[in-house]
Amino acid sequence: MSTLLEPPATTAAPTVAAPTTAAPTTAAPAGAAPAGAAGPADLADLAHEVRELVLRMGTTAHGTHVGGSLSAADVLTVLYHEVLRLRPEQPDWADRDWFVLSKGHASAALYAVLAQRGFIDRTELATYGAPGSRLAGHPLRRLPGVEFPTGSLGHGLSLASGVALGLRRTGRPGRAFALLGDGELQEGSVWEAAMNAGHHGLDNLVAVVDRNGLQISGSTEECVSLEPLGDRWRSFGWAVAEVDGHDLGALREVFAALPDSAGRPTVVLARTVKGRGVPLFEGKKKSHSVQLTPRLFQRALTGLNARRAR
Amino acid sequence: MTATMPETAAQLPGAAGAAQAAEPTWQERYGVAAREVYRRTLLELARTDPRIICVDSDMGGLETLFGEELPSQYVNVGIAEANLMGVSAGLAATGLLPYANTLSGFAAARACEQVKIDVAGNNLPVRIVATHAGLSAGHYGPTHHAVEDLAILRTLPNLTVVVPADAVETEYAVRATADLPGPLFLRLGRAATPLVHEEPYEFTVGKARELRAGTDVTIVATGPYPVSMALEAARELAARGVSARVLNMHTIKPLDREAVLAAARETGGIVTVEDHLVAGGLGAAVCEVVTQEAPCRVHRIGVPDRFFDHVADERQLLELAGINPAEIAAAAARLAAAPR
Repeated sequence: MSTLLEPPATTAAPTVAAPTTAAPTTAAPAGAAPAGAAGPADLADLAHEVRELVLRMGTTAHGTHVGGSLSAADVLTVLYHEVLRLRPEQPDWADRDWFVLSKGHASAALYAVLAQRGFIDRTELATYGAPGSRLAGHPLRRLPGVEFPTGSLGHGLSLASGVALGLRRTGRPGRAFALLGDGELQEGSVWEAAMNAGHHGLDNLVAVVDRNGLQISGSTEECVSLEPLGDRWRSFGWAVAEVDGHDLGALREVFAALPDSAGRPTVVLARTVKGRGVPLFEGKKKSHSVQLTPRLFQRALTGLNARRAR
Repeated sequence: MTATMPETAAQLPGAAGAAQAAEPTWQERYGVAAREVYRRTLLELARTDPRIICVDSDMGGLETLFGEELPSQYVNVGIAEANLMGVSAGLAATGLLPYANTLSGFAAARACEQVKIDVAGNNLPVRIVATHAGLSAGHYGPTHHAVEDLAILRTLPNLTVVVPADAVETEYAVRATADLPGPLFLRLGRAATPLVHEEPYEFTVGKARELRAGTDVTIVATGPYPVSMALEAARELAARGVSARVLNMHTIKPLDREAVLAAARETGGIVTVEDHLVAGGLGAAVCEVVTQEAPCRVHRIGVPDRFFDHVADERQLLELAGINPAEIAAAAARLAAAPR
């Protein structure tokens, strides 16, 4: 086993198995106490560690989707440590919240938070993409904490809608979250799901869009434009929250305000930067999929740590 | 999974006397389109199984049938087949039993990836019930024909694929698969078709039903007209002194390998009949089995490699495709006469 992915001494190592009963540090709706309990400073540390782990997974043989994992790192950190009610020791807990990584290519960031929460062992991260590993380039369902395999875009919102509907029908308190890429919104099936969820008033459904503005060929607006994105979701019957997707406090507030009181599903448009946290990759379309050589990794890590120190 | 009927022939009028005269006759009960029998059966099951959710994609009629009596077990996602499959997978993941209603062509082709990844890939108990299969959409034209659905869907791991031969078998199939732990594709036609089954019998998923014993050749058929045509061909053959076995292969996946191998070994030749492309369907599945374990001659009758842009009804289209009792009988006679 490579030691490459072991937590570095310089990172404040959070507890792996978070307590299940700790109270959140910000106001949350009644009964919405998340399973995690990281404080604001801890959250920044955790997000930083997620980014470092993504970079380390990027050094494996096939590399990883660095840019979209880094842009989603803060959202995933807040969700997994502050928002989602989960029991890592009991992944199929009936009253859990469900999370679907519709942009499955950000698997490295998901694996990082799953390891932080204790769904998987940190040492397993070193197996990313290797033959025999459970950590594929897109999530496999047999990995604890993964509800559905994803990767082909445009599936996650339908799946989460069905879950939300099922939870409602069976009277369970859980909510369904889906994290979508912005380029993914060009898939027509997303809008089939959006139209349906809006019509059925699924207020236990939350879509988060990682609005980093870039897809493989470049700007989303130059490829096939998405704006005015908020208006588009609103017109489909959704409550829309627009937020700086790298502002941990703002993200916490947005999620704490769920569910929408008007009985609508909520979309959180998280404005993000592709490659966020690593100057080498920030805002660069080439950060989409990268295999980091040892030298490139060191440059990226130095940049990440310098950004953190500021 | 074996189904039992709530009624037996003895309970039907004519057999049981005047006390039950209000009960519908067998013909009245099953002489309707298979999809009507499916709907009636599903509603019956849903009354006692709250896990059942009828997921509609604007098929028409389900909203009245379920919406009035069991509104909490009904949801309409509209004309959106990809979402239909994803939502159904999500529902199933929470412990419910969704019946996803659409047309066969839309399930297999339009929503293929959602069926592959979300339904079959997760091995979830989604029941995809697809009507208008084969050429049953007739005059609606090739956009509504589904003659490639079996070729596509039988390649998906975990998916059970069932093709009832008539309305009777449709009720059996729905009941027999009610507790299937994984996903199901149930392939139905549009209009009423001839009744193959005139009395109760034992239906088991994955086990072919021998409709007629025979020693010279075997006709393996799937779907309403192919099965009834196979029986008609066998009767013609009998008059010519040829003993043809007829198997109703109602389950395409998992295929009844034992029945196919027994046919190959005992009768030496197999004719397959389906209202589906010759490529990739029942005939191909049968060939896959016999070529590996009991090579024998197989003649496949089905839809040729072309689109049907003729305006015609189902029977006429089948005729155009060369799917008829005379073709079946001729092919079977050739195989029966060929040296083993």
